[in-house]
Amino acid sequence: MNAYSPSAPTRRQVLQTGASGFGYLAFSALSTMQARAEANPLAPKNPHFAPRAKRVIFLAMGGAPSHVDTFDYKPQLNADHGKSAGRNFSKLLGSPWEFQQHGESGLHISELFPHVAGHADDLCLINSMHTDIPNHPQATTQMNTGNFQFVRPSLGAWTLYGLGTGNDSLPGFVTLSPPNGAQNYGSAFLPAIYQGTPIGGTGRNRFTRQQDNPEPVKNIKNPRLSKDLQRLQLDYINSLNSEKLARDEFHPEVEGVIESYELAFRMQDELPDVMDIGEEPDHIRSLYGLDDTATSGFGRQCLSARRLLESGVRFIQVNNGGWDHHRNLNVALPNSCGAIDKPIAGLLADLKQRDMLKDTLVIWGGEFGRTPHGQTGNGRDHNNKGYTTWMAGGGVKGGQRYGSTDEYGAQAVLDKVHIHDWHATILHLMGMDHTKLTYNYAGRDFRLTDVHGKVAKGILA
Amino acid sequence: MRAVPYALAFLLLCAPPLLAQSEMSEAPSAKQIEFFEKEIRPLLDEHCFKCHSKDGDKIKGGLLLDTRHATLAGGDSGPAVVPHDLNESLLYVAVTYGDSDLEMPPKYQLEDSEIAAIKQWIEMGAPDPREPDGDGTAPQEYTNTIDIEEGREHWAYQVPTKPSAAVTKNDQWARNSIDILVEVGQAEHELSPAPDADPSTLLRRLSFDLTGLPPSSNSVETFITAYQADPDKAISDVVDQFLASPQFGERFGRHWLDVARYAESAGKEANAAFPHAWRYRDYVINAFNADKPFDEFITEQIAGDLIETDDEQDRAENLTATGFLAIGTKGLNEISARQFRFDLVDEQIDTTTQAFLGTTAACARCHDHKFDAIPMSDYYAMAGIFLSSDALYGTARNQQNRRNTELVQLPSVVKGGNNKSLGEMIDLELQRHALKEQRGELLAESARLRREGDDEAIRLRQQSQRLTSRIGTLERKIANYSDNGIAQALAMGMQDREEPFDSQILIRGEEDNPTPERVPRGFVQVIKTHDEEPIAENESGRLQMAHWITSPENPLTARVYANRVWSWLLGEGIVNTVDNFGTTGDAPSHPELLDYLAVRLLENNWSTKGLIREIVSSRTYRMSSDYRADYFDKDPSNAYLWRTNKRRLDAESIRDATLAVSGLLDLERPEGSPVSEQGDGMIGRGLQPAGYTRESNNRSVYLPILRGVIPESLALFDFADPSLIAGKRDVTTVPSQALYMMNSEFVLKSAASMADHLVNELKLRGGALAKEAFYRCYSRPPTEAEGKETYNYVANFMKTARESGSSQDDARLLALITFCQSLIASAEFRYLN
Repeated sequence: MNAYSPSAPTRRQVLQTGASGFGYLAFSALSTMQARAEANPLAPKNPHFAPRAKRVIFLAMGGAPSHVDTFDYKPQLNADHGKSAGRNFSKLLGSPWEFQQHGESGLHISELFPHVAGHADDLCLINSMHTDIPNHPQATTQMNTGNFQFVRPSLGAWTLYGLGTGNDSLPGFVTLSPPNGAQNYGSAFLPAIYQGTPIGGTGRNRFTRQQDNPEPVKNIKNPRLSKDLQRLQLDYINSLNSEKLARDEFHPEVEGVIESYELAFRMQDELPDVMDIGEEPDHIRSLYGLDDTATSGFGRQCLSARRLLESGVRFIQVNNGGWDHHRNLNVALPNSCGAIDKPIAGLLADLKQRDMLKDTLVIWGGEFGRTPHGQTGNGRDHNNKGYTTWMAGGGVKGGQRYGSTDEYGAQAVLDKVHIHDWHATILHLMGMDHTKLTYNYAGRDFRLTDVHGKVAKGILA
Repeated sequence: MRAVPYALAFLLLCAPPLLAQSEMSEAPSAKQIEFFEKEIRPLLDEHCFKCHSKDGDKIKGGLLLDTRHATLAGGDSGPAVVPHDLNESLLYVAVTYGDSDLEMPPKYQLEDSEIAAIKQWIEMGAPDPREPDGDGTAPQEYTNTIDIEEGREHWAYQVPTKPSAAVTKNDQWARNSIDILVEVGQAEHELSPAPDADPSTLLRRLSFDLTGLPPSSNSVETFITAYQADPDKAISDVVDQFLASPQFGERFGRHWLDVARYAESAGKEANAAFPHAWRYRDYVINAFNADKPFDEFITEQIAGDLIETDDEQDRAENLTATGFLAIGTKGLNEISARQFRFDLVDEQIDTTTQAFLGTTAACARCHDHKFDAIPMSDYYAMAGIFLSSDALYGTARNQQNRRNTELVQLPSVVKGGNNKSLGEMIDLELQRHALKEQRGELLAESARLRREGDDEAIRLRQQSQRLTSRIGTLERKIANYSDNGIAQALAMGMQDREEPFDSQILIRGEEDNPTPERVPRGFVQVIKTHDEEPIAENESGRLQMAHWITSPENPLTARVYANRVWSWLLGEGIVNTVDNFGTTGDAPSHPELLDYLAVRLLENNWSTKGLIREIVSSRTYRMSSDYRADYFDKDPSNAYLWRTNKRRLDAESIRDATLAVSGLLDLERPEGSPVSEQGDGMIGRGLQPAGYTRESNNRSVYLPILRGVIPESLALFDFADPSLIAGKRDVTTVPSQALYMMNSEFVLKSAASMADHLVNELKLRGGALAKEAFYRCYSRPPTEAEGKETYNYVANFMKTARESGSSQDDARLLALITFCQSLIASAEFRYLN
């Protein structure tokens, strides 16, 4: 049983109807377009119920940011600074940074995020997060796919599968400068078209360069062929691929190749403009911190992300790394926070002034948090038992702390939100019931949340 | 595990505090105490305690000098004192004003006699009678939480035995014992094997699997004829041919380079080039071509420098092999020498245990392994072995790189690069001398201005730092030659330290939090062999470690490697998590088959080619990849091998095949690497990535592999991240790959060359041209439908091009080029059936 069945036939069904498949259709431009419209797996689909958010931007902080120094105010930790945290632990390390109340809601936010704090009334701080494994690779995979043991589709892929996208000339799921591990934006058994498209590599992160557009998007234009000629060529390639697919009977990767060519062909027109942040006016550029080398890298990512969202991309993951502060917390954490604070505040303000924040879900968080006790004197260790993420925008009740950790921030104790609950809540905000968003693979219905997950209702507006 | 202290080690596991008092706390002699009290304590008190004592005005740089422990632990910049080691003792560096970033005391320099006293004190081992002050910074105890005996019950720690079914059962389908064991799994899941693949599919599969290249178009018909006469013989002959070709080593060598996280730069922030890493790459390729027994291959990589031989060529190979332990990712800008050293050792432990043993021992650095029976004491037993060895990886010293080392000098049978004349050498020396003088003057002037409170001092100091980088690069360059200009053959590798020692356990992995006890050097005890050799006091223990890993009793080594070879040929491992055979890894789908392959590997004296021959001769390998809906529902991942997996080619094969069908592929092995040509320096600073991206028609294994700057043609198709051990690669399908195939210079150039080759050299036209193109790209002729579509495509394309003003000749040429490009871009080109 497939509880959620997209109404359009799959591309494979279309390709397999008619003896000569897609290649035949390709010779008629008109019928090609019809076939594409019918078969397009990226076409918008109806959610299960009215969505509060139409698009998602997930600001993923790789390395696991400290919650007790940023968004989880723990006065008792500071009061007990230097006391023993129990056997096998080093001593409690109070936060060296001040927390102050902000906005009408009076949310406590650390001085490390002065700009984000200006949006306190929009933020829902989820202080009671927890996840299963305190190791980066597993926790990152679980954060992105729900499962650290098996290869499963990522959150973005599930979203795209469930909802399609608003612009089929752009990938519906984009991940900006992802860290290594394609599984974290993969589609697993979902059709390949739902996997995330990485833009900006890790080693050569295009966003950290100082120019706006040193190299817009690689290979985006053919130097010799007109659009007409390239369309002819693409139809020929598609005929070869479709015949292979027909011979192989079932070969999802080949379907993925076919779809990737069609998407790439359309992207040639659209993507260069969307990725060209050079046309943004100065006040917007400085809003995102592009005029300061400390913030310009992440600022470019956020500004590009906003342009992609505006163009109809469904799910964007903006990746930032280097939060693994085992040592040198005093210097490194302010640097990490300083690089993202202004760009994030700029993003929130910009979305708001474009009236997009009301139906855009903004999520911030890492794969886990850090310990209230110190490490190497001036650092913090991994903590999967209690940490903080926050949400803002579409359908989120801002200006509140949801759930809490114990007095030191060591463990989530009240209204605990497991990563499965977090996923369920995100899908809910997008108008999907996480128990009904299923995909039948090998005789079994799979879900993002497996057999778990509970929507954290208190987060909802 | 060494024989004598075994009882001691066992005690450690049960009751660690009982371990004997270690040599670290060797008590200073009366004379040494006198020296400290007379020479050192007053000096510290007068010049240092104002800023570096608990009772001082302020604590600067996180450094306290008023206890012995705090002095050794050091501050934010690293340990203030490393006994016997002036260069690593920041106290000494600071008082001599040896590093312009660290000059202490800041306002004046100590008297020469005071500096000499500090020097003498550090050289005598920094004897320090001061007691730990008991404020909690003193070392803590380590308590083992692991039951090793219980841990040994895990399936992977049982010695593999040859399954009995392999010799008794016999039937029509099976060609060899592999098939019989595969049939067991099929039968249990009510599956039966797919029919044999057709011969051209099979040839294509063998050719890519064993050489990474497509079969030549004329070899296809030859093979089909031979196959029709005698399939087994046809396969056996072509396998022999492929295994004997130099392309085999390039193919399988590249597989190993993924596991060995091979790269030609340090990675991370200070991404220094490794201009000599390519020697390890070539060593690996040669080893596979020579079918070097895998146990020897292991021993050479871990301890080649410790193998005795009179043959200079062997000696050179053995030394080069140890590059395995030296080429890992390094944080060269790490300020703390001690932290850097433990990080480096951690990387070596991680790589060694995962690559050879499928074991994630590095998880036990900060706490006992959470899933496998590996206590921290085992981790630090191995750490002692690597701490007692030095990794020699070279690199030029500069502002970002404080951690450069020497390189390994290879015997003279290996030639270096071009020699320099005596005049050129003198020039280099003069340059160095001039730069050093210039720097000396700048520093003196800077110090003078600072005393006067002039901000100009900062600018001068920055200038001097730039000179430091230039001097570092120049010195590295000079070190590549003997004094009279003979180019030295240098390699990255390992050597033993003169005084090996056991490691302390670092509580929570904190370098400044060692236990007082030390763990005798040793191995991971849950992986037990009975022939472990004792590690003598004057040896690091790497050779013994290699022998423990290659022991026929080691339950993991042969299994892990056989599983790797299987996965390289079949697309998936019998154990899917090829780098992890621990309790968090997957269980084997065919335990008996895995054991069988492991035992066969040992029986065949660890021959890789022998193992490959047996696998590809099986009926299992020969199956078609045909889809069956009913079987797919039962076993979608094909764990029970009811067919062959459909596989996408890896990045290298896609690029090499593109060059091959275009007639551009240069099969010669290039000398060295573009990285060796560019020399030492920092990628992205002195050395620009563009300098490495020049066009090359060599096989992809010879492309420059810099961490963080992987060539586009490889990165786009899921090249393995060379910072990590990667037994298995991702496979993605993303539009950037399509854009690359449609528009990239490389693909366009290759397609043009292919068209040119077909038209102008082979003088082909029409159907004959199309047929040859299909054979090159797909190893088969076009189907009738494909033939028709191709004809239509060329006609339509020419018509449209003519309409927009192209000449007949231009339109025709462009049509042919885009036809060739379309074949390269199509799915069949990059998917193996």
